[in-house]
Amino acid sequence: MTFGLPEGPDSTRGVIKLAILAVGGQGGGVLTNWITDLAMRCGWHVQATSVAGVAQRTGATIYYLEMMPKDPARPEARPVFALSPSPGDVDIVIAAELAEAGRAVLRGFVTPDRTALIASNHRMLAVSEKIIPGDGRADGNKVLERVGEASRRFVHFDMEAIAKQAGTVISASLFGALAGSGELPFPRSEFEATIKAGGRGADASLAAFAAAFERAAAKEVPVAPERMEAPGHGVAVRGPGKLQKEWDGLCDRVAAFPEQVREMAGLGLRKVVDFLDCAYGREYLDRLEKIIASDRADKDYAFSREAAKYVANGMVYDDIIRVADLKTRSARAERVRREVRLKGEQTLLTTEYFHPRMQEIVGLLPARLGAGIESHPGLMDRLNRFVDRGRRIRTDSIVGFGMLWVIGGLRRWRRSLLRHKVEAEHLGKWLDLALEKKAEDYELGVEVLKCRRLIKGYSDTHARGHSKFDRVLSCLPMLKGRGDAADWIRRLREAALADADGVALDGAIRTVRSFTEEAKENAG
Amino acid sequence: MAERSFAKEVQKLKLGEGQEFSGEGILAITKALLECGVGYVGGYQGAPISHLMDVLADAQEILGELGVHFEASASEATATAMLAASVHYPIRGAVTFKSTVGTNVASDALANLASGGVTGGALIIVGEDYGEGSSIMQERSHAFAMKSQVWLLDPRPNLPSIVSAVEHGFELSEASNTPVMLQVRIRCCHVHGSFIARDNKRPPMTVADALENPRRDTQRIVLPPASFLHEKEKIQKRLPAAIDYIKRHKLNEVFGGAGRVGIIMQGGMYNGVIRALQRLGLADVYGETEVPLYVMNVTYPLIEDELLEFCATKDAVLVVEEGQPDYIEQALGAMLYKSGATVRLEGKSMLPMAGEYTGDVMLSGIGNFLRTHAGEMLAPAIRAPNTPAPPLFEDLAKAVPMRPPGFCVGCPERPIFAATKLVEQELGKHHIASDIGCHLFSIMPPFDLGATTMGYGLGPASASAFNSPDAKRRSISFVGDGGFWHNGLTSSIGNAVFNKNDGVIVVVDNYYSAATGGQDILSSRADNRTKSTNHPITDAIKGMGVKWVKHIERTYDVGKLRDTLKEALTTEESGPKVIVASSECMLNRQRRENPIRRKAIADGRRVVKTKFGVDEDVCTGDHACMRLSGCPSLSVKQLDDPLRDDPVAAIDENCVGCGNCGEVADAAVLCPSFYQADVVNNPTGWERFWFGLRQRVIGWLQARRESRRLVFAENVA
Repeated sequence: MTFGLPEGPDSTRGVIKLAILAVGGQGGGVLTNWITDLAMRCGWHVQATSVAGVAQRTGATIYYLEMMPKDPARPEARPVFALSPSPGDVDIVIAAELAEAGRAVLRGFVTPDRTALIASNHRMLAVSEKIIPGDGRADGNKVLERVGEASRRFVHFDMEAIAKQAGTVISASLFGALAGSGELPFPRSEFEATIKAGGRGADASLAAFAAAFERAAAKEVPVAPERMEAPGHGVAVRGPGKLQKEWDGLCDRVAAFPEQVREMAGLGLRKVVDFLDCAYGREYLDRLEKIIASDRADKDYAFSREAAKYVANGMVYDDIIRVADLKTRSARAERVRREVRLKGEQTLLTTEYFHPRMQEIVGLLPARLGAGIESHPGLMDRLNRFVDRGRRIRTDSIVGFGMLWVIGGLRRWRRSLLRHKVEAEHLGKWLDLALEKKAEDYELGVEVLKCRRLIKGYSDTHARGHSKFDRVLSCLPMLKGRGDAADWIRRLREAALADADGVALDGAIRTVRSFTEEAKENAG
Repeated sequence: MAERSFAKEVQKLKLGEGQEFSGEGILAITKALLECGVGYVGGYQGAPISHLMDVLADAQEILGELGVHFEASASEATATAMLAASVHYPIRGAVTFKSTVGTNVASDALANLASGGVTGGALIIVGEDYGEGSSIMQERSHAFAMKSQVWLLDPRPNLPSIVSAVEHGFELSEASNTPVMLQVRIRCCHVHGSFIARDNKRPPMTVADALENPRRDTQRIVLPPASFLHEKEKIQKRLPAAIDYIKRHKLNEVFGGAGRVGIIMQGGMYNGVIRALQRLGLADVYGETEVPLYVMNVTYPLIEDELLEFCATKDAVLVVEEGQPDYIEQALGAMLYKSGATVRLEGKSMLPMAGEYTGDVMLSGIGNFLRTHAGEMLAPAIRAPNTPAPPLFEDLAKAVPMRPPGFCVGCPERPIFAATKLVEQELGKHHIASDIGCHLFSIMPPFDLGATTMGYGLGPASASAFNSPDAKRRSISFVGDGGFWHNGLTSSIGNAVFNKNDGVIVVVDNYYSAATGGQDILSSRADNRTKSTNHPITDAIKGMGVKWVKHIERTYDVGKLRDTLKEALTTEESGPKVIVASSECMLNRQRRENPIRRKAIADGRRVVKTKFGVDEDVCTGDHACMRLSGCPSLSVKQLDDPLRDDPVAAIDENCVGCGNCGEVADAAVLCPSFYQADVVNNPTGWERFWFGLRQRVIGWLQARRESRRLVFAENVA
């Protein structure tokens, strides 16, 4: 495969052409300087170029080097090197991130006849991938597969993790992978001498270099670690004996479920019990048992499996009590300490960012009282003036922690609170709707269940999620009786997850409306 | 203090006769200036020559020893006006800036300088910001050379050629009493190579000598009737002198054999042309080729006899001239036509009219030229290449996201645009005028704010038409501190005051000219040994006559920014409403503080380090926070939990604890998932005691609750 490159007596075959693709801020410049230094150290001709400037601010950047051994017969002669890489004419490409490896292939710098691609396969997500309300991440496996096909040799592993482990940045592990790959004819000692000459931070760099060197030099590609066993039945749990017994009883009920439902039901049960108590778990299983009883084995219990997932998510709504509960657990404190790598003599202050509004506070009140207040918009407004402001709670202090601890303790009265009533009603209606649709069209019922995914977030985000949920389901009457109704609900849901403002969803709804109306006209 | 320090590299500037200098192109230029006995240097930073300014700033001691005056000019116009020192005095001067944007700004001074002419050599080093990596509109500096009648050097992109161009540039300038522009392209500025140094030279006449012995010559001042004489002098005296010098010193080079086709190129295109010939099997690795080449290290003026002579023996010539219009090709065409030549002229017929001449553009253009006019020179396979179509990677193209530049981790400008977005959610969309600088990243996701950018410091000026009593809405315009001092104070603020503009102006003050690499400016907070800093922007604005000025000293306070912006948009007050939003550029701040912090921790002093985190079980995976951030450190991750469909927010260890996440979650009422963790290094004994006590009480409360409920082992992610 070539890109307009004629097969001819190219006189630069003896030149090693190396391109580095990185994300601004990753240290591509450091790596370029190292390789330049290395080549000079080994008595080679070398030329490096880069594109500096504002393009380097977190954007995709590229560095380029050419090098060749000096000709003893012509020690004074200087080769003429190119200043930028050409498609189809690069021997080594180093990519500091997986998508950048993909970009190198798209730009034609990686070709199967000659390019060795050395890439870190970790991802640094682009802004466009992160801002999608659903899952906007690019398909990394597709990149891996294509990039592998496009290169002569593909050395890849998580070089970012190796660098992190050594307490340094990725340039060191990339340099190690380059050395370990053996693509440059220089001895390891010269690579290391280059790093040492750099001075500060050399020890950490050398550690990352060594680890990456070994990985790249290893002949066999290490197998990815086995996916962790999903927790479910028999999950590690501790607590008072009485509760443990109750829990075991609940687990026994799950064990009797069809195999296809068991794992999800086990996880759902755990989530529900963790949210409230074993009685809530029983409620969950009661619902599920009823659903399973009416489900079909020939459909692989797809409905029940989705119900196990989304009923649990629905029953575990995000209220202040849950947030307070989660933030006051010992496991959470442990996680924060781990994340900041708290060392012995250091101390830690933690601040939580809350911004409750009257809507959330009302949800915490007994159902009747809460509903009463809520029915007086004027009163809500007035009260909101006291409530609606950002509150920073120091959970390392006794007062701050104690406050959240007390709120978390409201858990046991949850069933009598307004929010619980609202959520339970909503859940019931949605589940009934799904069951009703399932009776007409099995797949449609499943899709209705899955729409629960749209409800997430807090305050305005939560309200927006609800509105999307309602709008998607409001299309059900229009789709009634159509064979592709399930598919349309799926498409509408995906559209709803594509952007925050619901532009894609509006478009999808318009489409549904147009063809259903057309069908009606034709019928009329 | 600039983002990149050249303190170590500038030592190379001291190298003497016969020693080998090895380093970047810009450093070589600096060394060459000193070898030429330059008397003063100045300029304005901007890629690709930002580092040239940084090198000069870091080399001030060496410059001082030699009696060389250095200035970080206020703008490119200032820099070019500074060359006036070479008008009456035989002092060599050099200035540098990015082009064409800088040359645009400089063109008033440039035209005046070129009209009167110079006595001492005057060199303008322009970083041609064209092609990949460029951050500006794509234009050519060539037009400026033609219109002001200054000479344009475009040397081959290797260090010896660049150094030689500096030397000849001064001499050519002096020989023809004309300023000379030396053009270096993006990659050439950063190319790493070597050359043999010479001794540095003290300027024969320093600026101090000139000050002590003032001179004047009315003939050199641009005022009628002298200006009419200048116009004629340019053509009758200076141009012939320049042509004579260029020919005598063979500034343009001829390579290759005696073939019947030839290539005429700008010097800067040389490596690209040679690479194409190498790949076509027509040049060896050292650039030796049979194909005749005429390399114009001087691209203006054109040397007619040299060109005609080169073409005389050819059937066809190819002009390799990057960018448009094709000035050189047009001029050559006219010359050939007038001389009755029959050679076939190719250029833009084989190569694209617009855009960068990359490796494959050159290969296919030169390949086509040779196939058409000299097929016998090529190997059979190249004559009729059998090139398979490039593979289609449609699925890969879909999987690789665009990655435009954006705000860095912890950037203080991010919260300004988060606040603006929140205001727009409340008050609706506004016309937003942007400016040049990092803050222009607001036009991209996640903020999508800003409609135009019209030039450095011209953000508010570009909104000046939007001032109507009939509209209920005001315009919002942004200007950075760099643009503000560059010319925004007069062109934007002054204009708004004078014309009673009712719009809202936000001055984004990050203490540096940050986008160009963190150089100091008037309002920088740092103490700078050689410059006067700490001049508040608000004082300047008030001095300009603005009545409504609000200063926000911490941009991370999103709520306050939002409220201030809202007030500015709704207040009854007439005239411009100016908000100065100040916080230090995080890139520079980290660079400044990290070593200090490391040392303090090592010395056992109390140091607090802040980082943000996300409670993944509280986060619901809606990513609303990302839509008000775009921070590289705030990303998403998939939990190992089949119950969760969407990835949740996660903050990596690059977080600098700027606070934007928490502030945004609060101001936009997003969610309670964020927490701030302040790690206290070397806490006091008292602190440690309290910490222990609190931990015990909290631990007791946790244990009490957890003993009465079921506790599930956490998923280990």
